[in-house]
Amino acid sequence: MSNIINGVSRVSRRDFIRNTGLAGGGLILAANFSACSGEKELAGGDFAPNVYVNLLESGEVEIVCHRSEMGQGVRTSLVQVIADEMEADWDRVTLLQGIGDAKYGDQNTDGSTSIRMQFDLLRNAGAIARKMLVNAAADIWGVPAAECSGHHHAVHHKASGKMLGYGELAGHAATMPLPEQVEFKSPADYRYIGKPMDLVDGMAFSVGTAAFGIDTVVPDMLYASIERCPVVGGKLISVDDTAARAVAGVVDVIQLGDGTSPPDFNPLGGVAVLANNTWSAQKGREALQIQWDMGTNASYDSSSYRKQLEAAVNAAGSVVLERGDVAAALANSAKTLDATYYAPLLSQAPMEPPAATAMINDDGSCVIWACTQDPQTAQAVVAGALGLEPAQVTVNVTLLGGGFGRKSKPDFIAEAALLAKLSGKPVKVTWTREDDIRHGYFHSVSCQYLRGGIDADGNTTAWMQRTAFPSINATFEPTDGPSASELSLGCTDNPYAIDNMKIEACDAAAHVRIGWLRSVSNVYHAFAASSFADELAHLAGRDPKEYLLDLIGPDRHVVPAESGAEYENYGQDLGEHPIDTARLKAVLEEAASMSGWGRKLPGGRGLGIAVHRSFLGYVATAAQVSVSDAGKLQVEELWTAVDAGTVVNPDRVRAQMEGAGIFGMSLTLHGEITAKGGAIVEGNFDSYPVIRMSEAPRAINVRIMPSNAKPGGVGEPGVPPVAPAICNAIFAATGKRVRELPLRNVSLA
Amino acid sequence: MATGPASALEFSQNKILAGSWSKPVSRGGATGIRTPDYAGNSMTIELKLNQKSVSLDADPDMPLLWAIRDLAGMTGTKYGCGKALCGACTVHVDGQPVRSCSYPISSAAGKSVTTIEGLSADGSHPVQVAWRELNVPQCGYCQSGQIMSAVALLDKNPKPTDEDIDNAMSGNICRCGTYTRIRAAIHKAAGESS
Ligand code: FES
Ligand code: FES
Ligand code: FES
Ligand code: FES
Repeated sequence: MSNIINGVSRVSRRDFIRNTGLAGGGLILAANFSACSGEKELAGGDFAPNVYVNLLESGEVEIVCHRSEMGQGVRTSLVQVIADEMEADWDRVTLLQGIGDAKYGDQNTDGSTSIRMQFDLLRNAGAIARKMLVNAAADIWGVPAAECSGHHHAVHHKASGKMLGYGELAGHAATMPLPEQVEFKSPADYRYIGKPMDLVDGMAFSVGTAAFGIDTVVPDMLYASIERCPVVGGKLISVDDTAARAVAGVVDVIQLGDGTSPPDFNPLGGVAVLANNTWSAQKGREALQIQWDMGTNASYDSSSYRKQLEAAVNAAGSVVLERGDVAAALANSAKTLDATYYAPLLSQAPMEPPAATAMINDDGSCVIWACTQDPQTAQAVVAGALGLEPAQVTVNVTLLGGGFGRKSKPDFIAEAALLAKLSGKPVKVTWTREDDIRHGYFHSVSCQYLRGGIDADGNTTAWMQRTAFPSINATFEPTDGPSASELSLGCTDNPYAIDNMKIEACDAAAHVRIGWLRSVSNVYHAFAASSFADELAHLAGRDPKEYLLDLIGPDRHVVPAESGAEYENYGQDLGEHPIDTARLKAVLEEAASMSGWGRKLPGGRGLGIAVHRSFLGYVATAAQVSVSDAGKLQVEELWTAVDAGTVVNPDRVRAQMEGAGIFGMSLTLHGEITAKGGAIVEGNFDSYPVIRMSEAPRAINVRIMPSNAKPGGVGEPGVPPVAPAICNAIFAATGKRVRELPLRNVSLA
Repeated sequence: MATGPASALEFSQNKILAGSWSKPVSRGGATGIRTPDYAGNSMTIELKLNQKSVSLDADPDMPLLWAIRDLAGMTGTKYGCGKALCGACTVHVDGQPVRSCSYPISSAAGKSVTTIEGLSADGSHPVQVAWRELNVPQCGYCQSGQIMSAVALLDKNPKPTDEDIDNAMSGNICRCGTYTRIRAAIHKAAGESS
């Protein structure tokens, strides 16, 4: 396989050092050349063919991870790809974390993109290194490069039996021209790609040395805790900080002004207490006496807002997809059904709350250490807040104690930067759990109305869907409803083979900051569509899995534009990454067979199933639940089949599916953010519960479909099928149809 | 292979080529105690931290969590909720698991506190080994607390059932959802320690 190089640029050693903050390694002189070194003299020195790879003359390879690690395993899988294509030995690789820098290309670790969008980039990075080492050896030996090959950390010339180690070749390889074309390895020769390599951070996690955003310590730094206005868009009227300043350990109290409108990625403003330890900062903050002007969002109440959303989907919206004649088909149906589904605001609640440290240098430049999913955006936002050029801001990326979308927004990083500037000291800002739950960028609340019709034979003839939710775009510009990109997440990509289909989007205003949460709008779209499909199956008196296979229909590539939809396909080409109904049906069949679909279950138990494509990955999940007479629900077991195309690390894919099962259960059973007077009511894991060990299923079984297709997403696609699978299982167990989340608000007795 | 994530402790100092993010970071370990400059109500509290005697000047009400992290400079113990709801901050005090976010430093006076960093010299505790063999962590953030709770469980109950595990571990939240692997790793560690 050959590949034209793009997106991988060559760097000098100096650039490499700057981009990784790494120095040293270049001072050791080559000690001895091996006996088998050939016709030309070997030059000492290192070899950095591109921004991701640096081969030291010692033979050690430094690989830069430019993506953020938040539990998806990218620090492991990225090395797998580069080292494999380079033919570098695993135990001679040292992994470095890249700072935020446009040189690395896209670093926004969001949208399950690291492998699906950068597989070729990473393969190139390794393959270029290998190719240049081969060319260097061929040049030294005076033989054609085509007769040489790079493997196991050395270049070999088969005919003569000559071999030169990568380290020995480094200096000479650095003088080779960048190749115009490289060969990728054949998948049969992969040593790391497709293998369940152990976590590169496994030791650090198990002994407590892994460093997260909250763990940064800079000499002389202050610890900050910030009181923010309870309502988005509110303003500070006055503050009395006398008592706060009297708290032992408190050093300073600093006003941060007000948030912006729209809120964007900017800090929310407020009053910061700076102390010489975290606890004193928190105690001081509790002692602040603050008066706020709550602003116009103070009238926001989540229960009356729900009624507004329900009213919105009761009236026609703007048509975003249409084919056939839904009205006529409904009128001619043997049976029709309508249903309204509701799902509330959610908080990502990563285990590590937002935390960032900032330091201002004497020349005014700024250094950041933060658990950020998107260091380049952090760099830009901090530069804007401080009035600097982005190049004057260095963003060091720590490990993230979970992200789930929250840490793609750098508001908390800009807070630290502003406080460092205003206090004249390095500052670490640590959000409390309450800050995280109350002042987040929330997963949108949503309401959907569905109306379906079946003919006398039980075939589905009409599908009408209206969806209303405040848009993430409202965080950045005034806007009143769903965007095409959010509708592309599980709504306008509807894969059902129904002749008459119409989807409408209805307006909804935002009163809190709306943001991304793992799998985003797919959560509520899949909940409604996959629940409603199950409802129609029962209306038709059919087995839900068989009915779903029919609904998905013949093998084909679904093209939403043919039904007038503006469809974004996760930023990738629909030709290369089609909506492939064969793959959808294959994972559905697989999950069904794993679960023993159709078997008899003891009383109070039921099996439910759902299948959904998102982020170019196909996932079907079957759930077995039990519901006691008192209405107590237990999710007993999950079975998940995933087709994510080519898989780099099957163990991490498995782990993501296991985690998605639990994350999906949390939002199905417990997750709900509510607001009163514009302020978020919930504050910690008592009022915003997530799944605990005692509720975890006894097994989450995962099967990965073998595939050589281009890689799809993995981190997010496991979440959407979970809620409908569980709710469909509840119906199977009890005959009760759940049309709202979370289940803790619903009586199953 | 080696990694360069910031590593506070002995284990990895030979390999701190380190991503840039660890470089200016200095961590005291149990020896580099910082003494905050308190106006009043601080007291000197003596305790054993990972087998070493330390004395910390702190407000007696300061939670052990923040004393360990900010004063003693050991960051393996995590903050997740501050209200004894999540278990991220779990340490052992005289062998008993406690939520250090809700345990005043004054209560630890004269006692022996063990954190994740003190569980073994080299990561060789059977629970740590099992965690690595099953690749339990995802983001890793909750795992110090999970491991400390699991060790405390196995100290009391060397052969726990699933139900024992559920009871002992339900105070430890893992938002990444590693529960099924945690169960398996505890069983594995139990097998190995028998
Ligand atoms: S030492 Fe000559 S090939 Fe490695
Ligand atoms: S170690 Fe480099 S080839 Fe022998
Ligand atoms: S931080 Fe102590 S239990 Fe959550
Ligand atoms: S591994 Fe991320 S919270 Fe448990």
